[in-house]
Order: sequence, then C-alpha cells, then structure tokens
Amino acid sequence: MDTGDTAWVLASAALVLLMTPGLALFYGGMVRAKSVLNMMMMSFGALALISVLWVLYGYSMAFGNDVGGGLLGDPTEFFGLSSLLGTEGIDKGFAATNLVFTIPSLAFVAFQAVFAIITVALISGAIADRAKFGAWLVFAGVWATIVYFPVAHWVFAFDGAESETGGWIANNLLAIDFAGGTAVHINAGAAGLALAFVLGRRTGWRRDPMRPHNLPLVMIGAGLLWFGWFGFNAGSALSANGQAAEVWVTTMAATGAAALGWLLVEKMRDGHATSLGAASGVVAGLVAITPSGSSVTPLGAIAIGLLAGVFCALAVGLKFTFGFDDSLDVVGVHLVGGLWGTLAVGLFASAASTAGVDGLFYGGGMDQLWRQAVGAFAVLAFSLVMTLLIGFAIQKTMGFRLDEEDEVEGIDGVEHAESAYDFATTGGAGRSLTGGGPLPTTQSNAEARGVNA
Amino acid sequence: MKLVTAVVKPHKWEEVREALETFGVTGMTVSEVSGYGRQKGHTEVYRGAEYDIALVPKIRIEIVVDDADADDVVGIIAKTAQTGRIGDGKIWVVPVESAIRVRTGDRDEAAL
Repeated sequence: MDTGDTAWVLASAALVLLMTPGLALFYGGMVRAKSVLNMMMMSFGALALISVLWVLYGYSMAFGNDVGGGLLGDPTEFFGLSSLLGTEGIDKGFAATNLVFTIPSLAFVAFQAVFAIITVALISGAIADRAKFGAWLVFAGVWATIVYFPVAHWVFAFDGAESETGGWIANNLLAIDFAGGTAVHINAGAAGLALAFVLGRRTGWRRDPMRPHNLPLVMIGAGLLWFGWFGFNAGSALSANGQAAEVWVTTMAATGAAALGWLLVEKMRDGHATSLGAASGVVAGLVAITPSGSSVTPLGAIAIGLLAGVFCALAVGLKFTFGFDDSLDVVGVHLVGGLWGTLAVGLFASAASTAGVDGLFYGGGMDQLWRQAVGAFAVLAFSLVMTLLIGFAIQKTMGFRLDEEDEVEGIDGVEHAESAYDFATTGGAGRSLTGGGPLPTTQSNAEARGVNA
Repeated sequence: MKLVTAVVKPHKWEEVREALETFGVTGMTVSEVSGYGRQKGHTEVYRGAEYDIALVPKIRIEIVVDDADADDVVGIIAKTAQTGRIGDGKIWVVPVESAIRVRTGDRDEAAL
C-alpha cells in the first residue's frame, strides 16, 4: 500500500463527488425558475440512491470476477463490501490488506462510486421540467443496475486489478478510455437521447421562451465541474505520479481550448460570445479529454479541446433539426463530446504520452482508431436500446411523464411542494400552518389550501 | 391634485430622482416593471436558440402632486429621462380625488 497514492485517490474521490452538486447548479440555472428545485433534486436523488446501490451490489457488478465474455462482474463477490474490510492494525497504521494496485480496495470503491453517481445524474438534463420524481428514482436505480454497472465493468475492470478477470473493452478490445468517455459520457448521452424520446417534448417547446433563469448558477456549476474534473481525470491514474500530472495538464489545456472554440462559433454565428457558451464549452472540453487525457500530448489536447468546443457548439442545434427536446443538451455536449474524445484517441494518440500508443496522425495507422470506434459505438448502442426499454416500461407501468397541467403550473410545486425563490417581503401572502400552537382558523385554512385535508 | 406616472429607462432613474428632489418633490413610489412600446423587445441567443424577448425592464415612478406643480414635474421627468433613442418611456397625468396621510389622518394637499 502506498500512502501517497491513497491520499490522492481519496482526495480525487471527494473532488468527483462535488461534481454532482456542481452539475445540479449547472443544470438548475438553465431551467426556468418554476423547475429549478426538481432539476437539482434529480442530481441529489442520484447521489443518495447510487451511493447505497454501489455498496450493496454495484461495485461487485462492475468489478467482481467476470461471469463470462467480459460482460458483467459477479454481483455476489463483493456484495455489501464486507469482504473488502481488513487492515493490519493500529501498530501498522491500519494498512489495508485488500489492495487495488497500490491503494486500498475501499479507496478504489470510493473513487468509482462517484463516477456511477454522476453518470446517472448527467442523464437528467435531457428530461428537464417534466419527469415524475419517483419515476426518476426508479429509473436511476434500474438504469444503474442494468446499464451503468455492466458498462463500467466492460471499460474499467482490468484483468488482475480488482478481480482475476475484467471487462471486454478494457482487456480484449484494448480501446483506450482513460477516465470514462464511453462508460460515462457516451453512456449518459445515449441514455439522455432515449429518454428525450420516451418522455416527449416539453409543453410549449419552441413556442414559449425557455431561457435559463439564472446564468450565475450555471457559471458556478460549470466552475465546480471544472474543479472536480481534475479529480475525475488526474485521479484516474490511481496514483500520485507522473501520469496524474500529465493528465492534469492535458485536462487544463483541452478545457481552455474548448471554451475558446465554443465562443468562436457563437461570435461568428450569433454575433455574441455568451456566458452560457463559455460554461458549455468548458464542459465539452472536459468531456472530450476524459477518454484521451493519458494518450495525447498537451498540444494534442489543445487540438482535441478546440474541436470539441466547435463540434458541440454546432451539435446543440441538432435537436431543433430533428425535433427532440433534449432540454439541456446531454446529447450535444456529452454524447457528441464523448464520441469525439474517444475517437480522437485513435487520431491524436502519441507514444510520447503515458498510454504509449500512436494514433493515425502520429504514424500508428488505423489500429487504435477502429478499437476506439468499436468501443464507442458498442456502448452507444447498448445504452440507447436498454434505456428505451427501461424508459417505456416505466412509462407504461407507473408513468414517467408529469400531467400537462402540472407541468405548466411548475414541477417544483407539484412534485416537491416548494418554491425556489421567495423575494416577496410579505412572505408570498401566506402564513405558517405549523408551530406556535393551533389557531382557531388553522383547520379551515388547511382545508382551504388542500393540505392534509 | 394630480397623479403623475412615468415609465423610464432603468439607467435614467437615479438622474430623474435627483432632479425631482432638487425641485422639491419629497416622496414617490417606484416599481420595477416590464413592458414594451413601439421598440418591441429584443433578441437573446442561448446555445444557438434564439428567443424574442418581448418585455423590456423599466422603472415606473408614481408621484401625487399639487395641480400647480404637475406641469413642472412632468417637464423635469421628460427632460432628464430623455436619451433621444427609441424606448425612452411615457409619462401620463390623471386627476386625484382625495389623499390621506396614514400616520396623521391629514387630508388632500396637506397629506402630500
């Protein structure tokens, strides 16, 4: 066990956890004031639910011994994680007896848990303003179980690391996906596309103004994502070493370039460089460098980032061309950015970087590119099909989509009985129904408002 | 008594207030409002999606004044709020039947 590596991975896990509240702000600011709480609750719901499922069987399904074909880990192997406990006692500094490379297995469990959480939370951007909260939680649990956990096994489970045998993309296909361009971004992006079809367009889409209600929230959220992403990418080295430093720098370079690329497109196309464009470009660049951070030079990272900003800025218009309401552009940013970053490994990879592979532009021929393409499209197809099945099953049974009347009134009030903002000095002309002893009129007031009637 | 209502550009409001205070107007009611006139709205673009924003933010000033002061107050507002560009706003005057100062019960002119 290496204490330096362990410290870095635990710190990185905490950084990545902060990305999901960051995502809640990023998404929350982009919706209208009447649905910001529900938007944020979808991220917080994923945080709560996936934390529990990961401990129960999620980690085991992703990193347990392969049950065949590199498709799935054994859900019983690490069920409840008790089998990973065990240290050498206080006199030896509680050094873990179960290791993944040089870190305690439970540090690896923690680091991978927050990846599962944010992947689920990312999908929620496609279904803003119109999904029943209970149905979202059911979806989140089922989707994590039969889509994310298996795909994480395909991509992140290396033979002999957590268990004897791992997943097919990591060990047989040998596609390079350093921190989750396929398992996280293509996966969530394809799921977002599928759910946008299952739930249908928001009432009034393309007719009513649906502009972001609070861009400073979006900027804060993008900032937190940016910050946390250094744990996501550089932490994926699973060691405090030169590779972590290399990936930190490629992550910085690609992100800056992507923000510039997005703003350039906006300036030329729309006439103004916008704050939403800057925030979106940041995320597009982070997505694209996620799979490629360890395999390209810093200059290669600038090229990947710049093109990611341009591609994603152009891709967010596709929903209007094809008529699907991917409300907050999960497809345009995460699917397109994830595909680009994953394929870019096959183009820009340089053997000078720690992955040690040359891509097409560095004389490596097509070998790595086709591996990248197979990995990317396999995850895309699996996620798209499975999400359609899960989504329609939920829609047919418990109902996924909010009633139109409730949606128009605002999902925050209907699903959570809260309002995000109360600026009125008169307290919204209401009165407290709780505490301070019963007043003679309390009961009739409550009845009049339909509360606890 | 007259009720003078003025809708002006937000960045002109401080200037208007100072001019009215200098003239001797001691109080007013001010609200942040939105609306549009001949200039209509403006266009905003979010991730490439264009929105026509019909309502423009404005400041509404309401002042109850003596009949004799009404023309001067209107003139001051019109002069200070003017930029000469479209969207400078409107001012209108209506008669007021009575007024009461809540603290003292003073009525009409004495309440202003």
